[in-house]
Amino acid sequence: MNLKQKLGLENFKFDLNLLKNLGPLLALVFLFILATAINPAFISAGNLRNVFARTAFIGIIAVGATFVIVAGGIDLSVGSMAAFISGVMIIVMNAAAARFGVGATTVIIGMVTSIVVGFAAGAFNGLFITKGKIEPFIITLGTMGIFRSLVTYLADGGTLSLDFGVRATYRPVYYRIILGVPLPVIVFAIIALIATIILNKTKFGRYCTAIGSNYEVAKYSAINVPRIRTMTFILQGLCVAIATILYVPRLGAASSSTGLMWELEAIAAVIIGGTALKGGYGRIWGTIVGAIILTLIGNILNLTDMVSPYLNGTVQGLIIIGAVMLQRSNKE
Amino acid sequence: MGEKLLSVENISKDFGPVRVLFGIDFAVYPGEVHALIGENGAGKSTLVKIISGYHQQTEGNIYLEGEEVHFSDIAEGEDQGIVMIHQELNLAPDLTVEENIFLGQEKKKGWLLDKQQMIADVKSILKELNCDVSPNQRIKGLSISNQQMVEIAKAVRKEAKVIIMDEPTSSLTSEEVKVLFELIRKLQEENVGIIFISHKLDEVKEIADRVTILRDGEHVRTGSVENFSEDQMANLMVGRELKDMYPEKPVFEKEEVALEVKNLSVPDYVESASFKLQKNEILGFAGLVGAGRTELMEGVVGLKKRTSGEIHKYGEKIEINNYIDAVKNNIAYLSEDRKGKTLLTNKKLTINLTLLALEKFAKPFIDNERELEAYIGAAEKFEIQAPNYNVTADKLSGGNQQKLGVAKLMEIEPEIIIFDEPTRGIDVGTKQQMYDFIKNLVTEEDKSCIVVSSELQEIIGLCTRVVVMCNGRVAGIVSGEDINEETIMQYATGLKGVI
Repeated sequence: MNLKQKLGLENFKFDLNLLKNLGPLLALVFLFILATAINPAFISAGNLRNVFARTAFIGIIAVGATFVIVAGGIDLSVGSMAAFISGVMIIVMNAAAARFGVGATTVIIGMVTSIVVGFAAGAFNGLFITKGKIEPFIITLGTMGIFRSLVTYLADGGTLSLDFGVRATYRPVYYRIILGVPLPVIVFAIIALIATIILNKTKFGRYCTAIGSNYEVAKYSAINVPRIRTMTFILQGLCVAIATILYVPRLGAASSSTGLMWELEAIAAVIIGGTALKGGYGRIWGTIVGAIILTLIGNILNLTDMVSPYLNGTVQGLIIIGAVMLQRSNKE
Repeated sequence: MGEKLLSVENISKDFGPVRVLFGIDFAVYPGEVHALIGENGAGKSTLVKIISGYHQQTEGNIYLEGEEVHFSDIAEGEDQGIVMIHQELNLAPDLTVEENIFLGQEKKKGWLLDKQQMIADVKSILKELNCDVSPNQRIKGLSISNQQMVEIAKAVRKEAKVIIMDEPTSSLTSEEVKVLFELIRKLQEENVGIIFISHKLDEVKEIADRVTILRDGEHVRTGSVENFSEDQMANLMVGRELKDMYPEKPVFEKEEVALEVKNLSVPDYVESASFKLQKNEILGFAGLVGAGRTELMEGVVGLKKRTSGEIHKYGEKIEINNYIDAVKNNIAYLSEDRKGKTLLTNKKLTINLTLLALEKFAKPFIDNERELEAYIGAAEKFEIQAPNYNVTADKLSGGNQQKLGVAKLMEIEPEIIIFDEPTRGIDVGTKQQMYDFIKNLVTEEDKSCIVVSSELQEIIGLCTRVVVMCNGRVAGIVSGEDINEETIMQYATGLKGVI
């Protein structure tokens, strides 16, 4: 036994690959250390709660986006969809408040509405893409405009506000803290866990990977490609609905600027996490790390005066480009 | 005959650890048509790819007009006057004839293209070739034979000294072949040397001056075409008794139809094809490239839309509207496109193996242990050689990929298996294994098989009956003594049968 073997280093090359695979996680750890060094206030429970709670919206949407992207699709409509669902929810809850009062019934009606609208919006995207045989990029670019303009129309160009009574009942869904953890973070964690199981352990997850890896091979393996692809978009719609359910009590309002640019943040989170943009490979934990990194950047820039917070987008953009470059060198 | 125009001496080629060419000598004289023949995998393509600069030899030298040459890519070869015309034509379908002929080497007048000059040049070349095509026509509107003319015109424009034609007649009608041969004779008069690769021995007899036969990467014989009969050429190509290579054909005790296809049409490809597959039979499908065999099979299993046709399994009508229906009816199809349609090349072996039969492994969560067990079983049964089970499919050799593809099909335990070009591009040893395996399916495992193949020897050696297709129709069904190259080719080329 030589020294290398003694030290367990004969698999050194494999270890390097592992390092690359864990890239997003290492970046996250680095950002944590950096942020604490810059401003010790970063590591305070209050700030961390804030960071993770904010991450929950984009994170949940990005979990759905992971499935869409792994199966070789893309969904640009999620931000607009969130705004549209918020608008419909608020209108329905305000109407329900008149009949059922401002209690839990109304809030539950709102939540069910959100799920139904999210399901329908996802199915709309998915069916047009698969039945109409049109590129996901085109269809969701279209629905991005449609959903956004619908919420503007519903709000008559202004803001839809949730009834104040309902708002008080609904508030804890966003602000409640259980054992030191904000409720949205708990929901996010549960969804991430379920999604991990679906992606790695079920037929559906395997089929998504196969379709994104090679559409033809999937077809020649007796996989119902249109159905699986449609289902990824429905899953995305449901994730947007859940994110919206958590988001509405935060501000209690919806307008045409709700959820602006969320689609890009969601896609960015997926890509930073190491999922291949062209599909065929993906990981939920990466997406979660990606979403946290994106929120962290904004938070760190706010906590320091070295870089203007206005450059948030620039830093995020550079990180996305860096992540994709790392992916490419992974291939070689 | 004068000086050799092009000669290669002692050329060997290794792909990784595998040697595919063993010390080949080969030469072309000016104005000579030199046919290069051999079975698939004999090394013809590799040899001409080395000559044209696509591959580089591992050992040996190439001489052009007496000077030693090295081409690091095709462009260098073409610069020196060696032009290859591929089986699949390499033309840009949306560009015109003139644009294709000058593609990459456009003539310019200052900053702009000198369109007039180029059109004039193309006209004169086409006239010289007696070719009735306008320089302004788009390629996609031309017949295959005219497209081939354009390829040849392109070679003439480049002032090719040697033109390599890889199975130029495989998709031509007999009329078009005549025109091509006239053109070849014209090129001969211009002292161009022509390397002519073909499977059709009668054509070799007609057009070639000399012939070189390769077998399993080795040079077998070179000589004047007059000194060989077609039979002699065929025997030299095969070089072994066919009985050695192929298992004994099974004998039927009773007649029972496993699969019957009636009047199946696939738009643009297949017109009203009917056939019956007997139980425990190996039914062959022969025909030229483009005869519609693959499309017919894909129509049967629901991978291609069909406009008419009924499918009966053991006498009962079954509905197959997509491949999922076919699989439910225990009919499996192995595509001819191993890397594009059968395997996820960047995924692990287990994932590939279980993809078609995933139902079995997910109850409701995928059991990775069972997947691994299935792989170990399949690797043993099909003798899949892999560095380890954890590698991706692209790390396997072609033969092992094919075995993995077959193993994937067998996971659903099909009753009827359709093999499309099961031995394309795999080595002789694996071919033998594949033949033994297919025979075992019908004799030991009570399955019924269809084998689509462009290798006639394989069809002849393996099948109890052969359906021959021509231009999207079933031209004839041969059995017994009629399963021979001549009869099959007569049907395949439309000389015989109902068209």
